[in-house]
Amino acid sequence: MTTDKIIELKNVSKSYDEKPVVSSVSLTIKKGEFVTFLGPSGCGKTTTLRMIAGFEKPTSGTIYISGKDMTTSPPYDRNVNTVFQNYALFPHLNVYNNIAFGLKLKSIPDGTFFVDKNGNKFENLRKLTKDEIAAKVKTALKMVDLEEYEKRNVSSLSGGQKQRVAIARSLVNEPDVLLLDEPLGALDLKMRKDMQIELMNMHKKLGITFLYVTHDQEEALTMSDTIVVMKDGIIQQIGTPQKVYDEPANAFVADFIGESNIFSGIMVTDFNVKFCDHSFECVDKGFKYNEPIDVIVRPEDVSILSSDDARAALLATISSCVFKGDHFQITAIIAGGEDYEMLIHDNVNCRPGDKVGLYIKPSDLHIMHKARIINEIVTEMWDTNTVEICGGKFPCQCDLPSGTKVKVSVDFDDVIIYDDENDGIIGGEIVNTIYKGNYYQCVVRTDTYYDFFADTEDEWLKGDRVGISVAPDKILITKLEETI
Amino acid sequence: MVEKSTLKKLFERSYIVIALVLLYTPIFLMIVFSFFNTSSFSFSKGMSFNAYIQLFTSSNASTLGQAFKNTLLIAAISSVTATILGSFASIGIFAMSKRSRKIVENVNQLPVINSEIVIAVALMLFFITFRFPDGYTRLLLGHISFCTPYVVLSVMPRLMQMDSNIYEAALDLGAKPLRAIVSVIIPIILPGILSGFAMAFTISVDDFIITQLNKGTTSGIETLSTYIYSSQHTAGGLKPYWFAAFSIIIVVVVGALLLINLRRYKKTPSKRAENSR
Repeated sequence: MTTDKIIELKNVSKSYDEKPVVSSVSLTIKKGEFVTFLGPSGCGKTTTLRMIAGFEKPTSGTIYISGKDMTTSPPYDRNVNTVFQNYALFPHLNVYNNIAFGLKLKSIPDGTFFVDKNGNKFENLRKLTKDEIAAKVKTALKMVDLEEYEKRNVSSLSGGQKQRVAIARSLVNEPDVLLLDEPLGALDLKMRKDMQIELMNMHKKLGITFLYVTHDQEEALTMSDTIVVMKDGIIQQIGTPQKVYDEPANAFVADFIGESNIFSGIMVTDFNVKFCDHSFECVDKGFKYNEPIDVIVRPEDVSILSSDDARAALLATISSCVFKGDHFQITAIIAGGEDYEMLIHDNVNCRPGDKVGLYIKPSDLHIMHKARIINEIVTEMWDTNTVEICGGKFPCQCDLPSGTKVKVSVDFDDVIIYDDENDGIIGGEIVNTIYKGNYYQCVVRTDTYYDFFADTEDEWLKGDRVGISVAPDKILITKLEETI
Repeated sequence: MVEKSTLKKLFERSYIVIALVLLYTPIFLMIVFSFFNTSSFSFSKGMSFNAYIQLFTSSNASTLGQAFKNTLLIAAISSVTATILGSFASIGIFAMSKRSRKIVENVNQLPVINSEIVIAVALMLFFITFRFPDGYTRLLLGHISFCTPYVVLSVMPRLMQMDSNIYEAALDLGAKPLRAIVSVIIPIILPGILSGFAMAFTISVDDFIITQLNKGTTSGIETLSTYIYSSQHTAGGLKPYWFAAFSIIIVVVVGALLLINLRRYKKTPSKRAENSR
């Protein structure tokens, strides 16, 4: 085992009442790294952090800290310290005693040895002296710029000051890893920006590994060496900020980090992709011919040209243009297609109605496999002309008898979503919505944890309960051969 | 228009006055009577300290003193025990899952909502069925059992107000569970524990029904409340020294309250000054 790895997670999963929160997460964190867990709320990032801190026990999997299996060790045996979102300072202690709390409990080797009956040699431990504690607290206070505040009551501090005390309280114990659970979430914007820079400086100066949890993509991009993007308890991508931004692993990552245009397209041949009813040259290869793919274009990678420019790959009509300080945010409707919308960041001022040409460099077209191209569910016939899907009885056109094992396929645009859960055959919760130029792709999670992909005209709000149904003639059923 | 609003104001102001007069006149009257050495509520005997002297010199003085001691002893033992039990119970209840916490909290409230006579009879049946020794054992167990829920009721809100990560923060900094409870949780909920103790002490001193039904006839234990009840029966009316005894209690309680509030009042401005610095 190399000493280089400070934390290693192997297939770590956690579920509450059968409901998976973190699913088979594996990753390694190198000593001295600044790693950020990034994802929307409820994606399992905080739970993962809490398992590393020791507040939660994984349902399965192993956690190694400094090479030792610490999966079930209690928090007080782990050399990691946590900074909580709402500070969790001890209100009955002043600033000095808050910071000294950990030091007073600590035992260190005192340089003398004793040998037991069996000849094993142990180093004796001792508590820190008062002066040692005072010196360490003083250094910690200096690091967070609160030298004058030793005697102050923590309730008299401002939010930013409390956060600094919380950071000092953790760092003073010289942990191997500092865990930060959305530590800047409760601060205002300006304070947050300042603390970001201070945390980065502390990280550089101390060389301690920082593990940071946030849902703020900008914070993650600014501060981290490595970003771990999570969704639904599953790691979507691990990479440097630049890599995660420039080469998102899938449509979710692209949509979550930065702004982006996401289109469904077809990879016609190597280096040739078709989307928005136009063909483009690209730099990707190795896809199957005519494979359905997702294309991602960052708004700042689209340039606006005059409509008669020879380089223009697309013609479009401007529908809105908003000044954003350092650029214009422009939306344009692409001509000659089904009203696909393109979001553009450029510093050209245009007026709605203007006809323009658009150009995208081949290397700025990010092409990725689709997570799924059709909804497929393995299930059983309920009865002739009725099939069971996710606990609901769906009418269909199929004369197989009850109990036959079948595979059901439903196209994305054949899934009908209802506002009222009771209007559908089964209910579900919207877990994701991505705009794809001229329609929305939503993911509806049924109560049996199957994710239905649906293409709809309307935008559905994440977290809403909706009803799902499918027209009987749109349910494609194939009989599964019994395998022994 | 103008008249109407002044009338309204008058009503608003007189309301508090009426409430205070109704509350305090009887107490004031009792203190006045305590100086007139009377059991027939007349002023014919003139003003004197006789009632106060009788407290220590009358033939009943020793019984009265014993009743006073019993009251304090039972209240002290049962409220301290109830405070310890109730505080740790609260920490345990707080650590439960949300659903079981709700259930236990409701079960805990039952003795508080329930009428006291029901508890008194239930305790009596319980003690007789299982042949608990007569006297102090029964009284103490009875008082502890009905004081504990009040302590839980007063400690729980403190725990709920506490930052939910406090306990975890203590563990994170190297404290073992017991250490975290003793040096972090208990100091934070201390105000709740103290007010729970005060409440338990007061209701134990106050209690009549449970004590009366469970003290047993042979043990001869009397507390202030049971003794005043029996002496009123046997001697035909309240003796004047009772007024003296209660006047003393009121003065002591009001004095203690004033002292606590004055100290708190003195503390607050200094804290404010610190904040504004």
